[in-house]
Amino acid sequence: MPNMNMVQSVNSALDNMLSRDSDIVIFGEDVGYFGGVFRTSDGLQEKHGKHRVFDSPLSEGGIAATAFGMGINGLRPVVEIQFADYIFPAYDQIVNEMAKVRHRSGGEFWCPVTIRTPAGGGIRGGHHHSQSPEAQFTHTPGLKVVYCSTPFNSKGLLISAIEDNDPVIFFEPKRCYRGPFYGDPHDVPTWKEHPEAEVPESYYKIPLGEARLAMEGDNCTVIAWGAMVHVAEQAIRNSGISCDLLDLQTLVPWDRDAVVKSIEKTGRCVVVHEAPKTSGFGAEMVASIQERCFYHLESPIERVTGWDTPFPHTTEWDYMPSPSRIAEAIQKTQEE
Amino acid sequence: MVKKKTESIHVPDAPHRPGDEPKFEQWSWKPEDLNILDIECSVDDAQNHATGLVRVLNDDNEAKGEWNPNLSSEELILGLEHMLRMRIFDERMMKMQRTGKLSFYMRSFGEEAVAIAQTMALKNQDWLFPTYRQPGAQFVRGRDMVSMICHCIGNEEDNVKGRQMPVHYTYREGRFISVSSPVGTQFSQAVGVALASKYKELDEVTITWIGDGASAEGDYHYALNFASIFKAPVILNVVNNQWAISTHSNFASNNQNFAIRGIPYGIPSIRVDGNDFLALYSVTKWARERAAKNLGPTHIEILTYRAGAHSSSDDPSRYRPKDSNDFWPGGDPIERLKLHLIQTNDWSEKMHEELENRIDSEVMDAYKEAVKYGDLANGPYPSSDAIFTEVYETPPWHLLEQWDEMKRWREE
Repeated sequence: MPNMNMVQSVNSALDNMLSRDSDIVIFGEDVGYFGGVFRTSDGLQEKHGKHRVFDSPLSEGGIAATAFGMGINGLRPVVEIQFADYIFPAYDQIVNEMAKVRHRSGGEFWCPVTIRTPAGGGIRGGHHHSQSPEAQFTHTPGLKVVYCSTPFNSKGLLISAIEDNDPVIFFEPKRCYRGPFYGDPHDVPTWKEHPEAEVPESYYKIPLGEARLAMEGDNCTVIAWGAMVHVAEQAIRNSGISCDLLDLQTLVPWDRDAVVKSIEKTGRCVVVHEAPKTSGFGAEMVASIQERCFYHLESPIERVTGWDTPFPHTTEWDYMPSPSRIAEAIQKTQEE
Repeated sequence: MVKKKTESIHVPDAPHRPGDEPKFEQWSWKPEDLNILDIECSVDDAQNHATGLVRVLNDDNEAKGEWNPNLSSEELILGLEHMLRMRIFDERMMKMQRTGKLSFYMRSFGEEAVAIAQTMALKNQDWLFPTYRQPGAQFVRGRDMVSMICHCIGNEEDNVKGRQMPVHYTYREGRFISVSSPVGTQFSQAVGVALASKYKELDEVTITWIGDGASAEGDYHYALNFASIFKAPVILNVVNNQWAISTHSNFASNNQNFAIRGIPYGIPSIRVDGNDFLALYSVTKWARERAAKNLGPTHIEILTYRAGAHSSSDDPSRYRPKDSNDFWPGGDPIERLKLHLIQTNDWSEKMHEELENRIDSEVMDAYKEAVKYGDLANGPYPSSDAIFTEVYETPPWHLLEQWDEMKRWREE
C-alpha cells in the first residue's frame, strides 16, 4: 500500500471522486493551475480539465454562493476556502443558505456542497492563518462538520463528505499536512513511519459520524480532533497513564455512543481542542457527557483548549494545548 | 490642535418626505431614442442603453421604436391577464392578512410587469431565482393559485410545510427557486445555477432579480464579477423601485443610475422602463438570446416604483409623501398595457371589467378551496414533525432524540 502524507491523501480523494462522478467540480483560490497553496489539488486540473478544476476570484462569499447555485442545479461542488480564518465572508451563504435550503424549500432543493478548509495553528500563522472555527459551524443545524487528522482518515472522510447530500464543512489540520504534530515545534516528523500513512490509491470511505479509537486504555478517555489527536497521543505516552484516545473525526453528528462506551469503562475524561474555551465544541461534549455518564464519572471532566484570546504569532506554543498541559489534565482526572 | 471643521458626516436626504410634493424628474426618453443592439455588441456599444432608458410604449401608449417586440394581441392580453391576476390576488391576500389569516404579506403592486413580462420572454426550461417581489412568475409557469395560497396561510397543504413566512414561495416544477429572506443572496447563487446548466451543456438560462437596496450587499458584486469572468448564461436584474423599506435608493448608490454599474465589470448593461410590459419583454428576450449563444451575462436596471408599502408591517406614509406613486413618470404597468390594447382595438373597458370580475371570482374560489385545508388563525397547521424533517437528508441521532422530546411535550 502506498505511503502518503495528508496533502497526497486529500489529492487522491479528490482525484478518485473526479474520476467517478462527472457532476463534481472543484474550485477556489489558487486551486486550479497552481494546484492550491498547500498543493492538495496539484495536477488535478491537468488531468481532469480546466472546466472541472479551476481558480476562482478572491471572493469567499462568491465561492460559496456559486457552489450553492451549482449544488441546487445538480452538480456536486467541492470548494476550498484557503484558510478557515477567511471563511467568514461566506458565513451568510453557508449558515443562512446552504444549511437551510433543503428545509426551507420543503425538500424541493438541496445543496450537496463540500467546503474544504485548512484550519488550526502550528505554522506561525498569527491571528489569521491559525484559527479553528469549528464551533461557529457546529451551532448551525443543517450542516455537517468534519475534522480529519491523518492521511488515512482524511481521504476516507473526504470521500464520504463529497458523496453526502448535505453541505459539509471539512476542516483539514494544516500543521499535519506533511507530518503528525506531537506538540514539539522543533520536532518535524514526516508521515513515513506512521501506520495511518498507509493509504490505498483506490476509493474507500470512512462513514461520517463515527469516532476513531486511536489508542486503547483503561483509566481515562481523551477526546480530541484535528492536530490535537497527535498532541494528545504524545501527552498520554508522557503521562504513563493507560487511556482511550478518541479521534472524534465528525463533530456534527458526533459519535456519542463511542464516547459513552469509553467513559463507562474509564470513568474519567479529558476533552482537548485548539479553539478558544468559551462556547468551544468541548463545552457541548462535556455537557452531553455529564447528561449521559454522570454516575460513571469518577472525577470532574477536564478541558484543555486554546485561550479565549486571538491566536498569537511568535508565541503560539504558549497558546496551543501542549502535551504537558494535557498530561497534567489526565493526571488530575486520576485524583479522587 | 487640529481645527474643527464646520460640517459633520454627509448623510443624503430622500428627495421627498411626508408633506412634500413628490419630486420626480419628468422623462424625456422616447422609444425612438435607442437602437436595438446586436447581441454580439461590446460593452461600449451598450453605454447609451445603460445611461438612457429603453421604452416601447410612448406617452400616448403606442408601441414604437426598434425594441418593439411585435407581440401578438393574444400574447399581450395574456400578459395583461397575469398582471391583473397578480394585483387582484395581492389585494385579496392583503385583506386576509388584516383578518389574521396570514401573519404577513408583501404585494407586487406597481411592479407586476417585472416578473410577468420577463418570465413570458423566457423559455420554460429557464431557471427563475426571484426575490419576494416576483411571485407573478409562478402564474406564467402555471402554478395553481390554491397551492400559492396554502403556502401563504401556512396550512396543511403548504408545500414548504409551515417553515417559511408567507410569499417565500418554492415551486420546483416551474423552475422557480426557493425565495430566501436575506436580501441579495440569490443574485450570486444564480450565477452558480447558470454555470451548472453551462457545465451540463443544456440550453438553460438563469434569470435573477435584486432590489436597489440589496444591490449594496456584497452578493451583488460577487454576482457581477463571477458572471462576467466565467461568462455565465445569466440575466441579472436590479429592480430599482426607489425604496428599500424607508431607505431611498440614494443610500444604495450615490450614483442614481444602477445600470451603468455593470459596465466596469465588462457586462453589457441596459436600463429599461419597468412599467412598460413591451420594453421589459423585449430586453429580456434579447438578453436570453445572448446567454443562449454563449455571449455571457446581461445586466439590466428595471426602473420602476414601489407603489405600495414594503410589506403588511410597513406604513410608508411615515417616510414618503402619500400617493407618491401617482406622480411616478412611468405610470402604472397594467393601465399602460390596457390603454395600448384599447388603442389597437384589441381590448375595451368592458372586456377589462369582465376580466377583472372573472379573476376576482377565480381568486375567491381559490381562496375558499385553500382555507379548507386550514389557515394561520384557526389551523389545522402542518405537522410540527416538519420541524425535524429535511434539516438533513436523514435525521441524525441528536435530532431524533429532540424530536421524541418534542412529541412528548406536544402530546401533553
